[in-house]
Amino acid sequence: MSIRLHNIAKHFGATQALEPIDLDIQEGELVGLLGPSGSGKTTLLRIIAGLENADHTPTPGKILFGERDVTHVHVRDRRIGFVFQHYALFRHMSVYDNVAFGLTVMPRAQRPSAQDIRARVYRLLEMVKLEGFANRYPAQLSGGQQQRVSLARALAVEPDVLLLDEPFGALDAKVRQELRRWLRHLHEEFNFTSVFVTHDQEEALELSDRVVVMSNGRIEQIDTPETLYRSPKNRFVFEFLGDVNYLEGNVHNGTLTCGDAHLTVDLPDGDEELLLRPHEIRLAEQPTPESHLPVTITAISPVGAEVRVELEADWLAKPWLATVRHADFNRLALRRGQRLYAHPRHWRQFSEATENTIAGTHVA
Amino acid sequence: MSHLALRRFGSARVLPGFGLSMGISVLFISLVLLLPITGLFGQLAGLSFAEYWSIITEGRVVASYMVTIGAAAVAALINAAFGLLLAWVLVRYTFPGKRLLDALMDLPFALPTAVAGITLATLYSSNGWMGSWLEALGLPVAQTWVGIALAMAFTSIPFVVRTVQPVLEDMPVEVDEAAMSLGATDGVAFRRVIMPHLWPALVTGTGLAFVRSLGEFGAIIFIAGNMPYETEITALMIFIKLQEYDYVGASAIASVVLFVSLALLLAINVWQGRFVRRLHGGKA
Repeated sequence: MSIRLHNIAKHFGATQALEPIDLDIQEGELVGLLGPSGSGKTTLLRIIAGLENADHTPTPGKILFGERDVTHVHVRDRRIGFVFQHYALFRHMSVYDNVAFGLTVMPRAQRPSAQDIRARVYRLLEMVKLEGFANRYPAQLSGGQQQRVSLARALAVEPDVLLLDEPFGALDAKVRQELRRWLRHLHEEFNFTSVFVTHDQEEALELSDRVVVMSNGRIEQIDTPETLYRSPKNRFVFEFLGDVNYLEGNVHNGTLTCGDAHLTVDLPDGDEELLLRPHEIRLAEQPTPESHLPVTITAISPVGAEVRVELEADWLAKPWLATVRHADFNRLALRRGQRLYAHPRHWRQFSEATENTIAGTHVA
Repeated sequence: MSHLALRRFGSARVLPGFGLSMGISVLFISLVLLLPITGLFGQLAGLSFAEYWSIITEGRVVASYMVTIGAAAVAALINAAFGLLLAWVLVRYTFPGKRLLDALMDLPFALPTAVAGITLATLYSSNGWMGSWLEALGLPVAQTWVGIALAMAFTSIPFVVRTVQPVLEDMPVEVDEAAMSLGATDGVAFRRVIMPHLWPALVTGTGLAFVRSLGEFGAIIFIAGNMPYETEITALMIFIKLQEYDYVGASAIASVVLFVSLALLLAINVWQGRFVRRLHGGKA
């Protein structure tokens, strides 16, 4: 079922948690709400769920599930499934009773028969790979298992939309990875519309069909993960989606100068700040006429697909982080204390006033 | 052998200070709790069982058991209901004066019970503020068991509030929200999700309130009227025996109160332990 939000805003006392927001989510889409804490993403999710009411003044907003106006529908009648960060399982009930809860509290006329409930609960437990755990209590399960029970419990009532509030936030990295992949599979198989909240950009980019990036109660950008990463609309999105290196300097006649470093750029004269991703920096033993950026290696971390190298220089306010392929790492024989030259392959510049993005590419 | 056992005993503990802290605890319990109780049993040593039995089953005394237990049960049930409500209000909502109400809950602990008794007696006597009013409605409170139950409820309400409150505070609101998101009505969510969590605390609190009421004296005697066979409580029977210098008789009746209280407390503890084990998934 599609979700349409129109003019949804929220105040808590005098503070504005959400500025008026419009958002359309297609049927069957998996959408991630991404932002730092306090960005309003959880508030937005809870408003969709009906656990929080949007502001009525100055102009009332509207929430539609498909064609159904649910703006004033109580959470219990909205037909949503909600998964909480800390599972919120009923501790005094067995796994079976937890999953069956939503079915057993239905009004008698709609309630499935005892056998049907049993069959459905076991089908769900099978789906979350916990068939053997029906008689256990939540305290006897690991965090990942508890979250799967909570997901099965939410899906038992066949909700129109599934809402997940930082579903993997309380789990350790490995379990999180596994559950993410598993949720993706489940979503592809059953094709329910779901919205999840996360502050982890990797999780959002990996899991979502589209990502809604939020900050300070505003939507900064809504796009597919690729578009979001390739062409961030503004500085906040660029900074939030990954590691960033900064190069500040004064541009004069097409050359940016900063201490004894200089770089040829295609920018008008004045003070400028360039932003670079770690993989956009190439290291070499010699400067080029276009780029003269002397740096010293201060730390090396060879774990993972690429080697992470920390660079420092007098002209840098904050150290840079560069990622180097293992082959290049070996060829250059990098070691701590070594002096090299950094060559930007690509950089970005965001001007505050116009929100324009200028990107430059060096053939390096 | 004992030396070996002792060594094993000592090396099993990493946390320091067991010997000293346990020793002081045992000493304290002995001096403050066990010594007076031993004294009580010492008094009884001179009695044969038949004599003991005849003292504790004397008609007037048995009547006092009935009055005490009946009134304490009513008071405990009233406290269970209102104590739960008060704890709920104090935990779940914010409102002006919440702090004050919270502090007020402990007043029955702080107030000398005789002060409470005199206040209640004045308030509910037939020419008192509330009493005159209730009497007109045909509901006399003073000098009836209703008055006794009222005084008991007053002195024991903190037990229920203070045992339920922390458990309720501990229960995340999300559990409530989860039940609602699954379609449960408020009543169903309360009965199937919230109550099962509160049960042990509520039963413990009610049990403590009941036991406390069994032994209450000061708050009750002013309002009870103290008519033999009608509104005499067991604590008063002990007091009367003492005034007659019948220390042995007083000790005999006191021992009954002691046994009943102890048995109840033990039962509550065992039952609660079993419940908590289930919450932790079968492990202690």
